[in-house]
Amino acid sequence: MAAVEATAGRRPGRRPVLAVATLAVLVLAALVVPLVAQLDQQLVDLRSAGLPPSLAHPFGTDEVGRDVLLRSIYGLRVSMLVGLVAAVVSVVIGGLVGLVAGTLGGLVDRLLMRVVDGFNSLPHLLFGVFIVAMFAPSPTAVVVAVAVTHWTTAARIVRSEVLSLRGRPFVDAAISGGSTRARVIRRHFLPNLAPHLLLATVLMIPHAIWHETALSFLGLGLPPHMASLGNMINDGQRSLLAGDWWSSLFPGLLILLPTLALSALAQHVRDRANPRWRSELVL
Amino acid sequence: MEARAVTWLRIIGWRLVFSVPLLLAVTFGMFVLAKASPFDPVRQYLGDRAMVTSPEIMAEIRANWGVDRPLLEQYTTWLGNLLQGELGESRSLRLPVTQVIGERLGWTLLVVGCALVVMLAIGLVLGTLAAWRRDSWLDRALTGGAFATEAAPVFWVGLLAIWVFAVSLGWLPAGGLTDAAATEVTFTGLLRHLTLPVLVLAVSQSSWLLLYVRESVIGVLREDFVLGARARGLRERTVLVRHALRSALLPFITIMGARVPELVTGVILVEAVFALPGVAGTTIKAALAVDFPLLAALTLLATIAVVLGNLLADLAYTLADPRVRVLGVS
Repeated sequence: MAAVEATAGRRPGRRPVLAVATLAVLVLAALVVPLVAQLDQQLVDLRSAGLPPSLAHPFGTDEVGRDVLLRSIYGLRVSMLVGLVAAVVSVVIGGLVGLVAGTLGGLVDRLLMRVVDGFNSLPHLLFGVFIVAMFAPSPTAVVVAVAVTHWTTAARIVRSEVLSLRGRPFVDAAISGGSTRARVIRRHFLPNLAPHLLLATVLMIPHAIWHETALSFLGLGLPPHMASLGNMINDGQRSLLAGDWWSSLFPGLLILLPTLALSALAQHVRDRANPRWRSELVL
Repeated sequence: MEARAVTWLRIIGWRLVFSVPLLLAVTFGMFVLAKASPFDPVRQYLGDRAMVTSPEIMAEIRANWGVDRPLLEQYTTWLGNLLQGELGESRSLRLPVTQVIGERLGWTLLVVGCALVVMLAIGLVLGTLAAWRRDSWLDRALTGGAFATEAAPVFWVGLLAIWVFAVSLGWLPAGGLTDAAATEVTFTGLLRHLTLPVLVLAVSQSSWLLLYVRESVIGVLREDFVLGARARGLRERTVLVRHALRSALLPFITIMGARVPELVTGVILVEAVFALPGVAGTTIKAALAVDFPLLAALTLLATIAVVLGNLLADLAYTLADPRVRVLGVS
């Protein structure tokens, strides 16, 4: 809480603008560049293998002469897509569990929350490794691995939100007006849950990307021929020992930058959206 | 004293009662996944020889391993063996799983132990400094650095560390436990080989601690008793360490225990990057080889580590907070 207060005292300044700009550039690059690129990202050119960054290749070239900048953008595209799908799947699973737990309450609620606790006390990456190991490395396996280990956050958020909604007068009014449970959920719970679900999904994306890259780096993520940020860092590992730093450094930066930008933005939104926190802490 | 012992026993008892269904669910889940897996473990084991092995022999191996029996029976057999301390044979390393773990667990514990010490030192000292000089350039540099290391993947940080310290500067070796020419593990060799992995793991794990300590010390520094201590003319260092840091530390102990899963993740990646012969790196090898007996045992081991972490956190919390000690577990 102290951090909230610490940043609230200061003016937001240019930080959120910078974060939005970074995200916009990265997302646009991932969306647009593959459509307009003249170069082929998979093009092997042994004559220009292992070139350091230059004007022609701003991020250098890898050990078989592929342009690292272009491949990083393709990798970012793949990682973002896998991250988005994994985040949506885990929020949907978590949202359903949270909705059931919050709406039914009682024994079901307690049981489901025990399950959530159980999943939370598992080492996430290890279970991802286990799941991918038992099935062949593929985008689906990665999405399943991430979703299975990450749905609990959304479940907690949705459950606590449903619990607080249940006590509101308009829900009482709807029920005494003869609304069925399904109608209350559809008309009253879902619209109020929507912003939380959206925020949970957005905040889950960097986690999912992180997991995808970690699994791919270990050789247990996306198939090796796909340009993903994790695969690129894994490939770069070999040439790194020969001193070619660029083929691992730049893909890693593309993981770091969106994560940092998103967490700065989330911090800002949280401070802005909830002025009560600020006033509570000032008092 | 009497009451405290009772409280401790009660906490340990509750934790154990709760951990049994968790461990059962986790291990059973592993068997379900293995059953659903499209890989044939016998083919995986034989590799290229699967082409020339007769179906009868493959069926024999299958019967030998018990993988042809129903899921529940396989699971109960495994569970029964586990209770007798028998974990089966690793299919990729062709060694008993207990031996593999016995040989490698020590290295992992050594790396994790050293990293924890360094992490505590970094987190506590820098976090307190950042809180004390709040909003200064030092604070901004420290919190910025902490956010960056929090967002950066551990394996990437490890690779950059190898590039800077092993490849460019040549100060430290890039991986392994011994030099290529060495025949035995020496203390100085070990020190040189473990410095980078321990530092990388410690730095990547300390960022949350630094931010956490900073937040709580900032919070505590505004409390009346700190104001009182300052008004009595106590030295700034005494105020900071004896008053502010001490009360800020209380909730941190429980969070520490809850962070064991992240620690497991970190050590898996660090051992993979630095090619260390610990259990965490072995997990990846077992996964790549679809070596179920080894992978199952290592996953169980990691889950037990998490359960123990939670237990230790509870116990440490009782020790640190007299309210919990006196009033008992809530």
